[in-house]
Amino acid sequence: MHNPQLNRNGALQHLLTIDGLPREILSDILDTAAPFTEVAEREVKKLPLLRGKSVFNLFFENSTRTRTTFEIAAKRLSADVINLNIGTSSASKGESLLDTVDNLCAMQADMFVVRHAVSGAPFLIAQHLAANGRDHIHVINAGDGRHAHPTQGLLDMYTIRHYKKDFTRLIVAIVGDVLHSRVARSQIGALTTLGVPEIRVIGPKTLIPADVDRLGVRVFHDMRAGLKDVDVVMMLRLQSERMQGALLPSPQEFFKYYGLTADKLCCARPDAIVMHPGPMNRGVEIDSAVADGQHAVILPQVTFGIAVRMAVMSMLAGT
Amino acid sequence: MPLPDAERLCTVLADSMRPGLHPDTTLVGIHTGGVWVAERLHAALGLKTPLGCLDVSFYRDDFSRSGLHAQIKSSDMPFEVEDRPIVIVDDVLYTGRTIRAAMNEIFDYGRPARIDLSVLIDRGGRELPVCPRWTAQAMELGSDKNLQLERSEAGGLTLRLVDA
Amino acid sequence: MKIHIKNGRLIDPANGTDAQREVFIAAGRIVGVGAAPQGFAANRVIDATGLVVCPGLIDLSARLREPGYEYKATLESEMAAAVAGGVTSLVCPPDTDPVLDEPGLVEMLKHRARNLASAHVYPLGALTVGLAGERLTEMAELYEAGCIAFSQANAQVTDTRVLLRALQYAATFGFKVWLQPEDPYLARDGVAHEGEVATRLGLPGIPVCAETIALSRLLVLVRETGVALHVRRISSAAGLEGIARAKDAGLPVTCDISINHLHLCEQDIGYFNPQARLIPPLRTSADREALRRGLADGTVDALCSDHTPVDDDAKQLPFGEAEPGATGLELLLPLTLKWADETQLPLGRTLARVTSDAARVLGIQAGHLAVGATADVCIFDPRGSFKVSPAVLRSQGKNTPFLGAELPGRVRYTLIDGHIAFENGR
Repeated sequence: MHNPQLNRNGALQHLLTIDGLPREILSDILDTAAPFTEVAEREVKKLPLLRGKSVFNLFFENSTRTRTTFEIAAKRLSADVINLNIGTSSASKGESLLDTVDNLCAMQADMFVVRHAVSGAPFLIAQHLAANGRDHIHVINAGDGRHAHPTQGLLDMYTIRHYKKDFTRLIVAIVGDVLHSRVARSQIGALTTLGVPEIRVIGPKTLIPADVDRLGVRVFHDMRAGLKDVDVVMMLRLQSERMQGALLPSPQEFFKYYGLTADKLCCARPDAIVMHPGPMNRGVEIDSAVADGQHAVILPQVTFGIAVRMAVMSMLAGT
Repeated sequence: MPLPDAERLCTVLADSMRPGLHPDTTLVGIHTGGVWVAERLHAALGLKTPLGCLDVSFYRDDFSRSGLHAQIKSSDMPFEVEDRPIVIVDDVLYTGRTIRAAMNEIFDYGRPARIDLSVLIDRGGRELPVCPRWTAQAMELGSDKNLQLERSEAGGLTLRLVDA
Repeated sequence: MKIHIKNGRLIDPANGTDAQREVFIAAGRIVGVGAAPQGFAANRVIDATGLVVCPGLIDLSARLREPGYEYKATLESEMAAAVAGGVTSLVCPPDTDPVLDEPGLVEMLKHRARNLASAHVYPLGALTVGLAGERLTEMAELYEAGCIAFSQANAQVTDTRVLLRALQYAATFGFKVWLQPEDPYLARDGVAHEGEVATRLGLPGIPVCAETIALSRLLVLVRETGVALHVRRISSAAGLEGIARAKDAGLPVTCDISINHLHLCEQDIGYFNPQARLIPPLRTSADREALRRGLADGTVDALCSDHTPVDDDAKQLPFGEAEPGATGLELLLPLTLKWADETQLPLGRTLARVTSDAARVLGIQAGHLAVGATADVCIFDPRGSFKVSPAVLRSQGKNTPFLGAELPGRVRYTLIDGHIAFENGR
């Protein structure tokens, strides 16, 4: 089956998911991101690469933080950025997703950054663009349902590479609500593609998706056992609505067994790094002492995130 | 056609630059050949100012046609650009588009006092109004040829003519 | 109208026939097989050289979308699709709008269908009012109006006491009940089989146990009430095992699967293809293999199209929001033949699952071509093939995961009650 993210020459046309992308493309993105990190330190934090291009932030689900990082990235590349909070406009008037897209195409969009609550929505948009001869418009998935959040996965890989250099001798643990996490799926896809030999997921059975071992991970329900000798701890955000639906009894009990504390972190390697995609729930999935401690690389993640998104946008705009 | 010796050209270029230098003059080489030349000049001229280097990939005017090239290097400008006299150093001057990109990039770091241009070879064929202050050698080359500076493992610089 | 079908290969599974035989039709019935009756003079001779002559197909589930969803399909469009697919009898589930829970609606549907002089329509009446699972429908009245059995379509009766009473009541009159086993709590919000693909794509899952738990509950109630149960759309190996055990135990249970589940599995969702959004969900390839074995050995009684025309507006949505279902009336025969090709089973045995076996499930006298039978006949070219595209489908629903597939079998003639209802010369 043709991967709809790649064009006929195998170059990246859209970034929809990390699943199915070859290792060279992932490495290319990480390599390209490196020189972009330096731009933030200049007097004029702007590059002309996307001058005259219109980037539409299409957010069908609200997320100020993610939208802002894409906005900064696009603006540093000199693009015109248009933010659309569809959750509060046309969708509530009954306009369909694809009608919205058609309308924005008529406004000469060059790139869509899409956040949607339903898995697969960015694929639908990309396929619709292809079917209507609008291949020049690029789509970046900024998070769809439980499916994928590829730029988050990539910035996490950038962070790991920055601190650990070599992917091929690492043990990485992903902890918490894997079931509902698009971030976890993108992390697993990226880590396996980049050759990480051991990926673990840690959580109670109610938050671990069925057959997740088929994705190439080891499942742990005991956090201390799962953290043993780990080089990288990737914490996931726990939404408070998980207490409904009989998935968990209480945030307190979750924190006791699956929250990252200094004590549990002792099971990991002494030089382990701790990551979190944000926003953090202190005292639910992570203790403040760890979040602010010397192992945490959570703020560098945010900084790298801008550079990675600039790299992705530039690479797409150049194909 | 016998090509000139690159090492000798570096010496010629340094000699011609020496009288026009200011104590604050700062060299900025353009990746990759320009950086090698700038390193030679920096040593030969005994400059105390730090050496800058630019990868102008992000400023190229052919981005929309050919996209980003792989292996982009980080630009490194380890000094305040504001009010500083800067000399852009490149190996071969051709259309002038790279120099335009370099100047644009420098201005994103600050407002320099002045910018001069120093090149090993001016091969003609300009497409922009760019004129070097110092040139080690001028030569006419057809548009079917590219002139490249190469560095051996021992660090020696040589010029090579390849088909465009 | 007297019709002589000559030079064809007659495949009549019910009578064990697979041979070159002449077929003679008069007054809507088969009047001769092999030799013409005395003094037979045909008004029309159909040369079936190289073609297969078989009973018209009986489709155990085809939504005609009337009343209520005429923007998705109409009786006219879907009956045209049926005969183009060689389908001469079809069962329509009660999930129309309004629901088929009143005799007047059923009479109207039967009347409209009769006027089209096309395929025979067998409506399923609603088991509960509005399919809401709360109050019983007037089943006996609905039966009088033409309902062949009673069903909840894809809806569930959550309240077990209501279900028990509905089954008791149906059993009182000897009515058969057709239900789809899916635990509504376990299936809630689910859009795909809970397994590797759903995990990878981040799609909310429907576990196999949603089917097996609901099936176990139904089978206990069958034992309790003695009602004859037809289980619609079994999707898993474990569910099929439950059916096999019930049959072994002598319970009055039959079941069917859809053409989609016969050929596809979770991997066919690919990159969120909304055409593969189905109820029940496509399961693993191991489940599909079990269903294929079950259909071959008869544990699965019949194969149906589960024809569900969906308009583009409802389908061109992200996978989880897309309306489930696929068009199928015109694919029932081709996909039966594809299965026959792939398994190397005799054509007679495979065609039985869409003719005589389906008639047995329905309890009607149809699906065979012995002398005296109603002349519902399908004549097709087994070597012909076609590429599935919106343009070739006569159904108003162009939604199918088989779009673009090259499928075997071209229907050349469809006869209903001895009349040529569809004819495709080339």
